Amino acid sequence: MRFVNHLSDALNGPVSRRTFVRGLGGLGAGLVICVKLGVAGDAQHSGAAAVMRSDNAAETIDATGFIRIGNDDTVTVMIKHLEMGQGPYTGLCTLVAEELDADWAQMRAQAAPSNAALYKNFAFGLQGTGGSTAMANSYVQMRKAGATARAMLVAAAAQSWGVPESGITVARGVIGHEASGRQARFAEMADQAARMTPPRDVKLKDASKFKLIGTKVAKLDTQAKSDGSAIYTIDVDPPEMLTVVIAHPPRFGAKAAKVDDSAARKVRGVTDVKVIPHGVAVYADGFWAAKKARDALTIEWDDSGAEMRSTDQLITEYRKQSQQPGRKAAERGDVEGALGRATKMLQAEYIFPYLAHAPMEPLDCAIEAKNGACEAWFGSQLQTVDHKTIAKVMGLAEEKVTINTLFAGGSFGRRAQPAGDLAGEAAAALKALGRDAAIKLVWTREDDMRGGRYRPFTLHRMKAALDKGGNIISWDHVVVSQSIVKGSPFEAMIKDGIDPTMVEGADDLPYKIRNLRVTAHAMDVDVPVLWWRSVGHTHTAFATETFLDELLVGARKDPLHGRLALLKDQPRYTGVLQAVGRAARWNGSKSGKDRARGVAVHKSFDTYVAQIAEVSRGPDGLPKVEKVWCAVDCGVAVNPEIIRAQMEGGIGFGLGAILFDEITLDRGRVAQSNFNDYRMLRIHEMPKVEVVIVQSAEKPTGVGEPGVPPIGPAVANAWRALTGKAVRHLPFTVQSKSAQPKARTV
Amino acid sequence: MTTLSVNGNTVTVKSEPDTPLLWVLRDELKLTGTKYGCGVAQCGACTVHLDGLPRRSCVAPVGQLEGGEVTTIEGLSNKQIKALQEAWAALDVPQCGYCQSGQLMTAAALLAEIPRPTDADIDAAMAGNICRCATYVRIRAAIHLAADTMEG
Repeated sequence: MRFVNHLSDALNGPVSRRTFVRGLGGLGAGLVICVKLGVAGDAQHSGAAAVMRSDNAAETIDATGFIRIGNDDTVTVMIKHLEMGQGPYTGLCTLVAEELDADWAQMRAQAAPSNAALYKNFAFGLQGTGGSTAMANSYVQMRKAGATARAMLVAAAAQSWGVPESGITVARGVIGHEASGRQARFAEMADQAARMTPPRDVKLKDASKFKLIGTKVAKLDTQAKSDGSAIYTIDVDPPEMLTVVIAHPPRFGAKAAKVDDSAARKVRGVTDVKVIPHGVAVYADGFWAAKKARDALTIEWDDSGAEMRSTDQLITEYRKQSQQPGRKAAERGDVEGALGRATKMLQAEYIFPYLAHAPMEPLDCAIEAKNGACEAWFGSQLQTVDHKTIAKVMGLAEEKVTINTLFAGGSFGRRAQPAGDLAGEAAAALKALGRDAAIKLVWTREDDMRGGRYRPFTLHRMKAALDKGGNIISWDHVVVSQSIVKGSPFEAMIKDGIDPTMVEGADDLPYKIRNLRVTAHAMDVDVPVLWWRSVGHTHTAFATETFLDELLVGARKDPLHGRLALLKDQPRYTGVLQAVGRAARWNGSKSGKDRARGVAVHKSFDTYVAQIAEVSRGPDGLPKVEKVWCAVDCGVAVNPEIIRAQMEGGIGFGLGAILFDEITLDRGRVAQSNFNDYRMLRIHEMPKVEVVIVQSAEKPTGVGEPGVPPIGPAVANAWRALTGKAVRHLPFTVQSKSAQPKARTV
Repeated sequence: MTTLSVNGNTVTVKSEPDTPLLWVLRDELKLTGTKYGCGVAQCGACTVHLDGLPRRSCVAPVGQLEGGEVTTIEGLSNKQIKALQEAWAALDVPQCGYCQSGQLMTAAALLAEIPRPTDADIDAAMAGNICRCATYVRIRAAIHLAADTMEG
């Protein structure tokens, strides 16, 4: 069984540790240039650099830099952002390769170790990925790293050849001196370059000189993700590792009161059963034994501190709260006063369910305690939080903890846990063993679906007034939701009692409406919530863009041109709207006898996206989305193919959610369990997608999330144009289940 | 003890007979390219070929597979998978990549049966494979591209 032995050796042999962390491509042994940036002050723009060198790159993971040049001429970039499918491995390497004038074929990516001092996200002040910040955050930093390394290679070549630097060129990984005909690969100069004094400040290329930025480059992780060799957390398998499956309480906030584990312990392969604060942990040799034993536990749960409400109760309570204005998030003009001049009013209530992220890889974390130190391997999205959490739970100094970040099989926010829940649970399970051991905590799909950390359940109440000319003269918007950041290390985001994740996309409504008020209520519910791909924009875009659409159409205005008229001083909004209108050849909502179109535009994370959806009636009474046109302005388009792919994916992700998905509570218990009752969009339901990238010289912004918010309202607006029905309670499948509150036109 | 063929090698596995093939492959044979996604044959991430046909390994107890021929993403090397992997690279299909072994195994079985599938054929064959990143537009295009290159 050579194949088994081969793989087994790779994963279990003496080099196992390194196998896990390597992730992508081989690191050539040899000399290393480590360019250390961001040492002090304005770190992102600091040119201060220090050089480290190592004579054995294959054995050393140098934590001080971003770029390593191996003696096989590979250039490895340490990537500080989690690769979960959104493309930072390729994107950040593109930036380095551009300024380094490297050949794309020599570029490699590797996850940076957990080290906030070096690898912090400037948007958070700690190491982590989220808010579609990777490209915006790294654009200057990684280009400076590449340019610094290039300058040092040039200086080394000049010294080595005894020629002035001015005569040296670098192109596609080759350093050359035309006058003397000399040439060298990076690897040949790396040793000497490492001894050069790095320039204090390097000049970055003018955009007109870009060779890689703005072009299609082959993604660095495609091959490993097409032949089964990519290593995710679930694939980590150090020697003697136990798999842990945990019985979590069926209600949030409940505790295990009485545990009978006699049947569980009889399952072959089970080694331990421990009660930990998170539930009851079963340890076994392999997943199947652990799961079988977990399911054989008999547990009495103490629900005295548990959330016991049902979804219907939450709707009633949120609705009641929404009758009152909440804390002010935005206000201009006089909303109440303008009502006196109204000739027409529209009021509406919107309901958005809890949503599970449901990444394809359920939550998992491998962790080992050995000789007073702890090492973890997993798709960590907030490394600094996870690192501190593990240290705290294990009772270790932070320097005794190592996190190796692996590919995440999706996340959509799921792994960016502000309280380090997953890392903390894995550490608690490890600690409970009371001995040196290696464990891999694996959540089942059902654990993941029922484990909380949802997009918050949210209710919006909106009221608007039109004057005689059909102009919107008053806009009153109340959001009732749950704070994501309250009680977390991100709590400082709360300003004047408002968690911005509740109102983002509503409090910065771009339309020219003189009298506007946006207020919010933060409800206390013991259901853990979290950022879910595009966060607050998931509901604010739907509420604002469908409500506005109703107002425009009610005033006999064209949805596209009506928006443009209200966005005269917003060039980037109008830019994407006009671009999507051209692509779709927009000519009003009607599209033949059986189809209709809807438009929506929304800015999230400083990226502007407009979409037009064309829908027909599906056989199941739901919209069938035939085609989506999408225009995006994300500043400089670094990797156009990744941008297109993220828009396509965002559309599919958002569409599945608005059509099918809701997490509901039945006396505190989550009613859904797996993909049979929490439906994912499937290939036959995916519309055709055409993406237009608006040319821009603005600094690049993210694309992981901004494709999501407009699809819901674009589809709902098309559906209203087709059927006359306004959808205000998501998902769409709810419409057939129960009569929903009607909007009142007075 | 069950004896079966995995990627052309005869293997006698120690796992209990009720253990799904998925966990035998992953935990005992260390073939980790086949992924766990749902455990209830809803997502297709665990798709392997059993006697040449796509099969959800998460619900296939190994004890029932005595003498079966199993092929995983690590072992499949026919012209269909090669054309598909090239197309996957040409169109940069994967995002997170976690479901892609299963997508490729299902697509390879489709092309073996229907060398030039229509969109409807692709829908019918691939609807059991969920991609949470929604790479569906590219999966569809890449299957067509692979069919083109196999024909050409």
